[in-house]
Amino acid sequence: MKGLADIYATLFRTDLAMHFQYRAAMVIWLLGRIVDSLVFLSVWAAVARAEGGQVGGFSSGDFAAYYIAMMMIGHLTFTWFMFEFEYRVRSGAFSPLLLQPLHPIHRDIAINLSYKFLTLTVMLPTMGLMIWIFEPVFEPPAWAVWASIPVILLAFLMRFFVEWALALVALWTTRTAAANQLYFAALLFFSGQMAPLSLLPEWLQTLAALLPFRWMLAFPVELLLGRLAPAEVLWGAAAQVAWLGLSWAVLAAVWSRGVRRYSAVGS
Amino acid sequence: MNYLRLLWIFLRVGVLNELAYRANFWVQLVQSLINLGVALGGLAIIFSHTERLGGWQPAELVALLGVFFLMSGLIGALIEPSMQRFMEDVRQGTLDFTLTKPEDAQMLVSVGEVRVWKFLDVIQGAGLIAVALVEIGMRTSLGHAAQFALMLAAGTASVYSFWLILATTSFWFIKAENILVIFQAVYSAGKYPVAIYPRWLKLAMTFLVPVAFAVTVPSEALVGRLSGQVLWGALAVSGVMLAGARAFWLWGVRHYSGASA
Repeated sequence: MKGLADIYATLFRTDLAMHFQYRAAMVIWLLGRIVDSLVFLSVWAAVARAEGGQVGGFSSGDFAAYYIAMMMIGHLTFTWFMFEFEYRVRSGAFSPLLLQPLHPIHRDIAINLSYKFLTLTVMLPTMGLMIWIFEPVFEPPAWAVWASIPVILLAFLMRFFVEWALALVALWTTRTAAANQLYFAALLFFSGQMAPLSLLPEWLQTLAALLPFRWMLAFPVELLLGRLAPAEVLWGAAAQVAWLGLSWAVLAAVWSRGVRRYSAVGS
Repeated sequence: MNYLRLLWIFLRVGVLNELAYRANFWVQLVQSLINLGVALGGLAIIFSHTERLGGWQPAELVALLGVFFLMSGLIGALIEPSMQRFMEDVRQGTLDFTLTKPEDAQMLVSVGEVRVWKFLDVIQGAGLIAVALVEIGMRTSLGHAAQFALMLAAGTASVYSFWLILATTSFWFIKAENILVIFQAVYSAGKYPVAIYPRWLKLAMTFLVPVAFAVTVPSEALVGRLSGQVLWGALAVSGVMLAGARAFWLWGVRHYSGASA
């Protein structure tokens, strides 16, 4: 355990230095997330205004709080490995990672965390600016704010494992672009990004409860805004743990078979 | 006339190159359909809670979505791949080969590569526009159709100029591809009428990145909401941008020294 902690500390430091070289590109890449949040926020605020100030229990100030929280939690939990794996397999960049006496997932966790740590220097001021411009209504009970810390951590872990396990598909086929797009389309609707889940039609809400996406984003966001009762929070955390366990099990079962299957394309 | 002939030849070669990769057709088809589903699903959810968005009715917004897809198809098929290739050429020094050709280099660079399957988005967009117009129950008058065509051309010119200006900065920055991400990020906001955005964002989408001229203004022409003032404004902007991009390009080329020399 001590050894792994050392490895993480070292990886974290080298990754920070590496990311810092690409600081301009990094800021530009954040723009997509920020603009997306602005778009959804503007759309729903316009709807709320047109409907006399409220839609399904959300005022435009509520929408502002919802989407600012969504932007931050989306940033904290996102990963890019479903896109990167195709490149890794195709270019053979995966080979050196496999030669190291360390499961590649540790490297990926470290690089993902160090990226987020560094980009918070941009995201936090952006959040401040958006709070100033859009005047969100944010008054959750204190327990909800505290409870959201472990829940966001769980959301990060489960999303990481789900997406990393799915990324392994690239070991069998390098044509993953369309499948990835389907995943992100589902994420858009079922994670509460397109609209808060309570504004979706009944059947989509039922479907959302059965899929993992809701627990990645909508659940921590709603908790942070104080829209959930304590019992709902416990249920949600249980669902997160269940999905985390399931993706872990899939990953463990598939990993060794996938690696045996892998032979760097073009080498 | 000679320009048009050259343009045609380059387009043809580009299309032939891409036709060798037919499986990409299916990938692009699936991706276009997913995009369509996501956009229409989003509109369905929005309009289950309201009658109008920023003053636009559902069918009018479907028309706007059609224009959005049509324009992204044009950008994705012609402008983006050519500009990416141009920047790659600057980085590698292979732009030398383009500059030594006895034709205008800006033109050669602008048709450098075609991604023919992206035209699926153009077809999809045109289909959406047709459906929306039937839904609105409007036999678009000849005047509106002409305005739409004119605004579409002006919008394309503005977007092209914007890309050329960004791409030209690679003469100084070498690795400028990431700048293009700015365009993609802001363009995605054009799926909805700019009227719903806060004032500063509206201004940014009109003058910083010409999304409003590319999508909203042609759509307004299509559904008959365009005022004469905006029409002349859009024409003026596209003219100024074309001229500005040309001047900037000429200035940039003088800074190019070739990566290997």
